[in-house]
Amino acid sequence: MMQIPCIYCGPRDESEFVCGGTAHLTRPPLESDDRQWAEYLFFRENPKGAHLERWRHAYGCGQWFNLERDTVTHEIRAVYPITQAAPR
Amino acid sequence: MPNRYSAWSLLRGALAGHRNWQGAWREATPKPRYDVIVVGGGGHGLATAYYLAKNHRVTNVAVLERGWIGGGNTGRNTTIVRSNYLYPESARLYDFSLKLYEGLSRDLNYNIMLSQRALVMLAHSRHDLDSMARWANAMRMNGIDADLLSLEEVRSRVPGLDTSSGARIPVLGGFTQRRAGTARHDAVAWGYARAASALGVDIIQNCEVRGFLKEGGRVCGVQTSLGDIRAERVGIAAAGHSSVLAELAGLRLPVTSYALQALVSEPLKPLLDTVVLSPGTGGYLSQSDKGELVIGAMLDLFPSYAQRGSFAVTQQILASILALFPAYARLKMLRQWAGIVDVVHDSSPIIGRTPVPGLFINCGWGTGGFKGIPVGGYTLAHVLATGEDHPLAEPFQLERFISGRLIDEAAASGIAH
Amino acid sequence: MSGTRLGEPYGRRIDRSRPISFMFNGRVLAGLQGDTLASALLANGVRLVGRSFKLHRPRGIFAAGIEEPTGIVDLVDGRHRTPDERATLVELVDGLAAESVNCWPSVGFDLGAVNGWFSPLLPAGFYYKTFKWPGWRPFEPAIRRMAGLGRASLERGGEVYEEISENVDLLVAGSGIAGLAAAAAAAEAGARTVLLCAGREPGGALGWRGDAEVGDLLVRARRAGVRILTRTLAFGVYDHNLVCASERLAHVPASATRRLSERLWKFRARSIVAAQGAFERPMLFPDNDRPGVMLAGAVDEYAHAYGVACGRRVVIAANCDSAYRVAESLQAAGIEVVALLDRRPSVDIGTHAAGVRAIANTGIGKVIGARSVRGCVAVPADGHSAPRLRLECDLILVAGGHAPAVHLHSQAGGRLRWLAESSMFVPDGNARGLVSVGACAGVFGREAAAQHAADVGRALALGFTVPAAPVGGASRSLASSRIAAVRGKQLVDLQNDVAVSDVELAARENYRSVEHLKRYTTTGMATDQGKTSNVNALVLMGEFTHREPAEVGTTRFRPPYSPVTFGALIGRRVGALYRPLKRLAAVEWHARHGALFEQFGNWSRPAAYPRSGESLHQAAQREALTVRRTVGLFDGSPLGKLEVWGADAARFLDLMYLGTMSTLAPGQARYGLLLNENGVIVDDGIVARVDERRFWVNTTSAGIERTAAAFEEWLQCEYTDLRVLVTPVTSRYGNATISGPKAFEVMAAAGFGAEFSPQATRHMTLHDGHWRGVPVRVLRASFTGELSYEINLPAGETEQLLQALAEGVETREGCLYGIEALEILRTEKGYLHVGTDTDGTTLPGDVGFARGIDRKAANFVGRRSLLRPAARDPQRLRLVGLAPLDGRTLLPTGAQIANAPPPTQTEGHVTSSYPSPSLGSPVALAMLARGGERLGEQVTVHHLGRRIEARVVSTPFVDPKGERLHG
Repeated sequence: MMQIPCIYCGPRDESEFVCGGTAHLTRPPLESDDRQWAEYLFFRENPKGAHLERWRHAYGCGQWFNLERDTVTHEIRAVYPITQAAPR
Repeated sequence: MPNRYSAWSLLRGALAGHRNWQGAWREATPKPRYDVIVVGGGGHGLATAYYLAKNHRVTNVAVLERGWIGGGNTGRNTTIVRSNYLYPESARLYDFSLKLYEGLSRDLNYNIMLSQRALVMLAHSRHDLDSMARWANAMRMNGIDADLLSLEEVRSRVPGLDTSSGARIPVLGGFTQRRAGTARHDAVAWGYARAASALGVDIIQNCEVRGFLKEGGRVCGVQTSLGDIRAERVGIAAAGHSSVLAELAGLRLPVTSYALQALVSEPLKPLLDTVVLSPGTGGYLSQSDKGELVIGAMLDLFPSYAQRGSFAVTQQILASILALFPAYARLKMLRQWAGIVDVVHDSSPIIGRTPVPGLFINCGWGTGGFKGIPVGGYTLAHVLATGEDHPLAEPFQLERFISGRLIDEAAASGIAH
Repeated sequence: MSGTRLGEPYGRRIDRSRPISFMFNGRVLAGLQGDTLASALLANGVRLVGRSFKLHRPRGIFAAGIEEPTGIVDLVDGRHRTPDERATLVELVDGLAAESVNCWPSVGFDLGAVNGWFSPLLPAGFYYKTFKWPGWRPFEPAIRRMAGLGRASLERGGEVYEEISENVDLLVAGSGIAGLAAAAAAAEAGARTVLLCAGREPGGALGWRGDAEVGDLLVRARRAGVRILTRTLAFGVYDHNLVCASERLAHVPASATRRLSERLWKFRARSIVAAQGAFERPMLFPDNDRPGVMLAGAVDEYAHAYGVACGRRVVIAANCDSAYRVAESLQAAGIEVVALLDRRPSVDIGTHAAGVRAIANTGIGKVIGARSVRGCVAVPADGHSAPRLRLECDLILVAGGHAPAVHLHSQAGGRLRWLAESSMFVPDGNARGLVSVGACAGVFGREAAAQHAADVGRALALGFTVPAAPVGGASRSLASSRIAAVRGKQLVDLQNDVAVSDVELAARENYRSVEHLKRYTTTGMATDQGKTSNVNALVLMGEFTHREPAEVGTTRFRPPYSPVTFGALIGRRVGALYRPLKRLAAVEWHARHGALFEQFGNWSRPAAYPRSGESLHQAAQREALTVRRTVGLFDGSPLGKLEVWGADAARFLDLMYLGTMSTLAPGQARYGLLLNENGVIVDDGIVARVDERRFWVNTTSAGIERTAAAFEEWLQCEYTDLRVLVTPVTSRYGNATISGPKAFEVMAAAGFGAEFSPQATRHMTLHDGHWRGVPVRVLRASFTGELSYEINLPAGETEQLLQALAEGVETREGCLYGIEALEILRTEKGYLHVGTDTDGTTLPGDVGFARGIDRKAANFVGRRSLLRPAARDPQRLRLVGLAPLDGRTLLPTGAQIANAPPPTQTEGHVTSSYPSPSLGSPVALAMLARGGERLGEQVTVHHLGRRIEARVVSTPFVDPKGERLHG
């Protein structure tokens, strides 16, 4: 069980959070073609290693924020607000 | 085939101090070129190689395995086989798989210990009963065995289940597929390996694929830890690492990797003679032939390539099981592990061609890959040998994510697969 | 042979003045306070304790701790059993009853032992080679009865479990000299330190020897504030330095009373110190599993700690120097050491034992005695040259060297290396967040271990660099202790009956990787998890495949380090506390009014209010009819409620719902479908505009969490520029819904003014007002098709309102109605129930909202997906009405629609179906391919082999013009 550093509440057990998957997605406009839309919806990155992802402190402050987390070691390398650009 | 397995050969072995047995499969070193390379030495990859050789006479085949065969999800699942699917496309696919399983021990001359002990799915509400009626009727329309169970019938099939009126998770009845059951997971991998090897397939362990060789945009081989190996066609069957391998070939898959945990109790005398699934709690369990209760439930819901589970989820899994079987409180957890599963949006597999010429894929089975091993291998072998999708696999192409023609069993049934 | 107690000072853990009576296999035996079941059995001379897994060979106590492979028993208390307990861990209490496992009819005469005669036919993996005709299933029941160990009860006992979570600076797992030294030093340097001791008393192996230094360390640790938890075993290291441990509280689970049995500890530790010591490695020789063959260190512990002489004449089979110290120790206790047979050549032997006959380069070629050791034959290490020496003894000690308990290190991701001279795997550096000390780090010298551990403790407390472990101090040991040219089974895994020959067979058949070896032979898969067998198995595999043990490698260790009780793992997450149900504020009021409660999602709600003699079904029919005829009262409190407000609230709701909310005037309400990004319907609801900037959103009861979560996610992550706040207020408000032609009459009687009359309020409007001084928010919306008022008010006032309305309902011959009646009423009206008529594939166009999509100008969540080819497929299922052709037969929910007999492609299925009390005939909703075009068509409905003819009809079934809504 991971310990996730909520930027508002501090470190809390993983069970208080919900993972929202890959962060920094750009939503294509309504006019996008089916392929572009599918790429946004389904064909997302699935890296083995560092992953930028968004989490919500669902059973806490309810706020979303971004994490950089390693999908192998589960090490959390960065935490930053949802509206902030990716750290790389 | 070198050693034919039978009671007689076992008796001969006993008289010879078992010095008569040969390797179950040949230890092979890679040749520079093959007709087909299958990346991934799990059940799906080994089955692919076997059916390439058996059905299509394509025997110049190598199976490349990063670790040891059957060491990924094939050896990490809860060994359940069933074909209780709602949509005709899925029903056809999974029932074909179950039928192959039904003849597999004899086909492979290797006892995969198929135990068609039936599955019992528990209905915890009247809504569940309605869903199960829909399911049972859909299966019957597809020509697959399915029955609804009364509460009394559930009680008699599932001793120890809390069906009292005060139960937090009430049980109102259930659903059963009698042909469902379990099989010995390792035996499936080893049996396919042995049979494929006997037909001439090279099984190469400790051979990690690190890249793909391409000519004019077409895949023509792989770069491995043991050097480059060329091939006309390359198939990927490496659940858990599908995305990683596909990215090496320049292909993005609609897959997310999650850890799925399982655990076993200490061995006990016979306690449960069926496979029990509880969609309401997410829990499922059966008792192995060794006597261990084999237990699973929900995914660890964050992307992960670590083959270990979150303790919070372990607790949820066991809480689900004990809500159904309170008497199990005193049993002990003996082992716990996790496999990395390919999750796609509609929980259905992807089997067939890819936008990269020469590259073929079998992935996306989610938490249900074990039961799909025979058909996954059968249909991937077909497309690798003929270049044409097998009719059973036609609905299960990558293109469906673009057209939106998803085959969303989990969403349709409201029950995770 | 009979074991006996030794005199003082032997037996540090027992209290000779407090005898205890216990039962084993129905025999009453005597033990002492402080005994374990194992020590008491040994003291009583009980050798034969159980039967092995596969061959049912006789087995006795082998070890003294968690590594015990063979002394497995069931504990029995009344009707309840605790299966598969290690006798070495069971603390003896008065009245304890234990039974042998895996034997029938008795451990002495076990019919399963015939397996032993056929053992040549049962090599590793024999089952893969046969049982293929006619299939596995016919053979399976017999195999399964033979397998398994203990028997489980099917009834829960009275034990309870709990869980505690804590944050600590330093968590030390293990209470031997190294663990104590690390803990004391860390606490003295200011670290908040917890030390876990698996046994009853801290001190480890030196503790039961009465070592003075250990006693001093313990005093120091306590003085420095180290919290010591005894009987607490750290079993798992998980992500981010979470250490889980189980604490045994009651030694025998109580069946009659609710007694706290075990406690789960979850420590989030800044640093972890692993100090779990090492396991002794057995020796390989024929019949090395006979009762009376025991680990040398265990026999020494039984003597010192429990005062038990496990035998009187001892032969020691050794592969390490520590055997010599045990020999001296036992001699001193008056136990005769007949011989010490050292498997090593003289050059490897670094010590001697005074007065003990030690013979180098020698092993055991044969054990005499089947159920209990009576002697052995010593042979040279090569197995065939002379001389053979027959030795009379009643106990054989095995001392094959040590295997550090690297489990926690490995769980934390640490790597291992092979220390060739001592033939053991030791940690290769430290894992992230965890440092090993003492024997589990490969540090065997006592002084070195204590010093290193103290340095580690201090460094961790102060944030300094941790010193490297001074690995060493163990004597030389041969990797393989096997005797080559002798006959008989040399067992590697004592519980699972894996012999040297099985490992050899696995190697021959190419199951050479460590994982294949484990899975093919089952070595290491028993309840002891290979603690005494893994290294021997690896070494043998290396030998048979000409590889070093390091090349064979080890499997990655996973939690749990030792089996953990399911009950302890989940603590209080049982019964009503497993996913607690939500209850209505007026739950008792409903109970008084005859409610039959059922679970709907997370809520416990009245399904109906059956009168005496009525079934649920009959009650629902009556209630539904009453609503249509007069009036009914319904508790709608679980209805999801959200307040959405802010300058951009209207724009936001336009994005969220299919249905344009920005054009609502204050006081108006509109129906909305909530979609996900795939265009799939996930919820529906009614959105009412309170004023320019405020909306009142009603979701379904089941959909409130996902709706609220979706709103937050879109607001926080995508539409970050919108100024909107979303407040879930479901539990803040109760909701009483009054429905039926006489709905307003009832309200008027309860004191609602004329401003709420059907003339003054219109369908789909919202009105704030007061009732008896209580603020109420009244929504004119209807899920029954009748004139309806949904009256929201502060939750605490719900009962008062229900009571006031119920009185008016009663006088008008109305009734209370539950969910079942509501389902009938809405089905009669053809109203959609999300989750019943829809599933996770249903798009708005499938349920009649195609025009709504076309009409809406603005973008909304899910819209793009509705443009994909699949969404526009004319073959899609559409929601239709269905009626049986005969006007009588109910079309069962879940029935499939197809016009050919199976197997065939289905065209749809029945989603909702009820007998309509208003019409006197059944009505149903169905999802049907091309349903919209098929009005009037006859279809066949299939249900479990039955066929029912039906016709596609238009909905609503009742009041097609919708006039009743207006009162």
